[in-house]
Amino acid sequence: MSTPRAFRQSTALRFSSAGFLTIWCLIAAFPIFWIAVMSFKEPIDAFSANPLSVIFGPATLERGSGLSVPDILAGIVLLVLTAQLAVKWLPGMVRQYSPYGQVWFGWICGSLLLGLAFVLIFVGALPPIMNVVNSALGSLGNPVIGLTTEHYSAVWWENEFYRNFINSLIVTTGVVTVSLTFGTLAGYGLARSGSNLAFWILIIALVFRALPHSVLVAGYLPWFINSAEILRPILGDAAPTLYGKPFAVIAVLVAINQPFTIWMLRSFFQNIPAELDEAARVDGCTHFQAFRWVIMPVMWPGVITTGLFSFLLGYNDYLVTSLLLDAQNQTMVPAIAGYFNRETTTTDQVEAVAAAVSITAPLFLLVMIFQRQIVSGLTAGAVKG
Amino acid sequence: MKFKTFAAFVAPSIFMMLLFIAAPLVSVFSQSFYLTQPQFETVEVENCTAGFLKQTCVTEEKTRPILGDDGKIVTETKYVGWQSYINVLEPERAWAAISAGSVSALLSIDFWKALRFTLTFTLITLPLVIIVGLALAVAVNNATRAIRGPVIFISLLPFIITPVIGALSIRWLFVGDGIMTAFLEWWLQRDIALFAQGWTIEILMMGYRVWHVAPFAFVVLYAGLQTVNQDTLESAIIDGASRWERLRYVVIPHLMPLIIFLSLIHLMDSYRVFDEIIGFSSEAHVISLQWLTFDLLTPDDSGNRSISRASASAMLTMIGIIILLYPLLRRTWRDHKGTS
Repeated sequence: MSTPRAFRQSTALRFSSAGFLTIWCLIAAFPIFWIAVMSFKEPIDAFSANPLSVIFGPATLERGSGLSVPDILAGIVLLVLTAQLAVKWLPGMVRQYSPYGQVWFGWICGSLLLGLAFVLIFVGALPPIMNVVNSALGSLGNPVIGLTTEHYSAVWWENEFYRNFINSLIVTTGVVTVSLTFGTLAGYGLARSGSNLAFWILIIALVFRALPHSVLVAGYLPWFINSAEILRPILGDAAPTLYGKPFAVIAVLVAINQPFTIWMLRSFFQNIPAELDEAARVDGCTHFQAFRWVIMPVMWPGVITTGLFSFLLGYNDYLVTSLLLDAQNQTMVPAIAGYFNRETTTTDQVEAVAAAVSITAPLFLLVMIFQRQIVSGLTAGAVKG
Repeated sequence: MKFKTFAAFVAPSIFMMLLFIAAPLVSVFSQSFYLTQPQFETVEVENCTAGFLKQTCVTEEKTRPILGDDGKIVTETKYVGWQSYINVLEPERAWAAISAGSVSALLSIDFWKALRFTLTFTLITLPLVIIVGLALAVAVNNATRAIRGPVIFISLLPFIITPVIGALSIRWLFVGDGIMTAFLEWWLQRDIALFAQGWTIEILMMGYRVWHVAPFAFVVLYAGLQTVNQDTLESAIIDGASRWERLRYVVIPHLMPLIIFLSLIHLMDSYRVFDEIIGFSSEAHVISLQWLTFDLLTPDDSGNRSISRASASAMLTMIGIIILLYPLLRRTWRDHKGTS
């Protein structure tokens, strides 16, 4: 590849821009990397002022929990193997076994199975095997890096964080499916109609997007708390109290997310040529049939991208869920506030760190898998105006 | 597309937005003028304690909530006019503070304190986000193709992380004798307590926000850079423009619509600053407008929520959003009229 000479960069420029990028990458990744390291150490190590003792964890090592060199090697080998399988073997298997037209379903099943197998081997099978190997190896098998998973087990089992995880799962699944169903319909309608009404709907949606969520929650709270009494004349004794119910929160989050969803999906629908629906209409489809059987099959990238952002909204929300859900239906993010507010001992603090890492891990996987979709989503609304 | 079909397609979405966005707004507006309080009655209670020869009896007046037939406290809702707004704004105290020329007295009132922080936060982070994002976009665009993917991957991490968790992760680096505080203390050779006063927390919050949002600006501007007209760039080189001049006179004007778009999104989002307050637990020093409403909605020690005052504060927050969006809406309206 030959770049014109005038486009070539001077050495000083190249070095400074490389330096800038390196520093940025350090700043971007460091806090996340650091809390991940902290979550595996005893409190003395985790909050030590010396970075080396945070990484190597001498106090954790003294308590007898740590990793030896063979442990680390085995872990790395397993990780690399799984990555190889995911990249080389999984796509072929998915293509071979999934029913025609349902490749996405095959992908979901395939990656879930692979992930499950990995977790089972990594957490279940590897430690006992490595115990035997380490004792056989003698001094080579002695632990060198302090590492303990006790905070994770404390958070997930003793403090029942898995309940919050299930609640998060319910809320996010609900938000994603409902907001995509409503959003694709509306986005398609708005993209194919050039009327004044469509313009006004989009502008009003833009204003709604700017509203602070606390304003809306102030509007819901009195109604939600008293909903049983308000709805009784209509629904009889079956009238529910909406406060604290996951489905009420799903409805609220879907509505809050709707302005953003329809803007984004509309811009994806506009990329699909209108000739496609016209051809379908000539062949005798109704508008809805054209939408369902002609447009949706080519819309999957846009739907996945928008779904990702709906997922993030439901998953990351603190304000709405903490005000509208009661303690037993609490999702993960508000639940963690309980940890750092009661932070009495340093063990509590490290447990809070472990909970924070548990919340971040799925997001990390998401970026790894869907990097391209996220980038296309970020630029979709922007570049086309 | 016929109107009927169009209506069928958008109806579910419109219904959701009307029910859960428009209706609550109307409800908040009306709530802010009404106050719901438990009804109290004053009763004379005679308390007698056993004493020698004769009981000692004390009669006193007691105020207690009236209980209805179902055993619940009877509440009463009455029209209070602007009272809730006055409770939030405290105009008398504010006016006294302004006429005395004392800023600190004015900022001791919650609403003005929150407004001050929200505005400073918005205005300081805005240029920083744009500058960092643009610098990253230009640097990545100049870099070799092989490292672009990994850099974008790492940059997305701070953007996608849950805001509360992101703020927490920064806080754990600095809190107490956290690793970064220890480093700063070693470097500056003095004791540092970053969470003991307001302004250091504010700096940390702004730093967090730039860390969190700059990747978004970066990705958008980077996509914009791919569409810069190469011919214009080449003719600029032939005309003898230096790298900086090319950036200043060719690239930035090309990116201007995107920069305006990013600024608007950032204004809307940072005006709603909230998660930082929770993550940094900074209620004692720094609060924001959205946090103020959140706090009024949270049940207090006796389990009451001050819905009326929260509604008033929410309405005042709304006015800010309208002022913020007005120029944009006017421009869009003018464009729309121009095209149709």
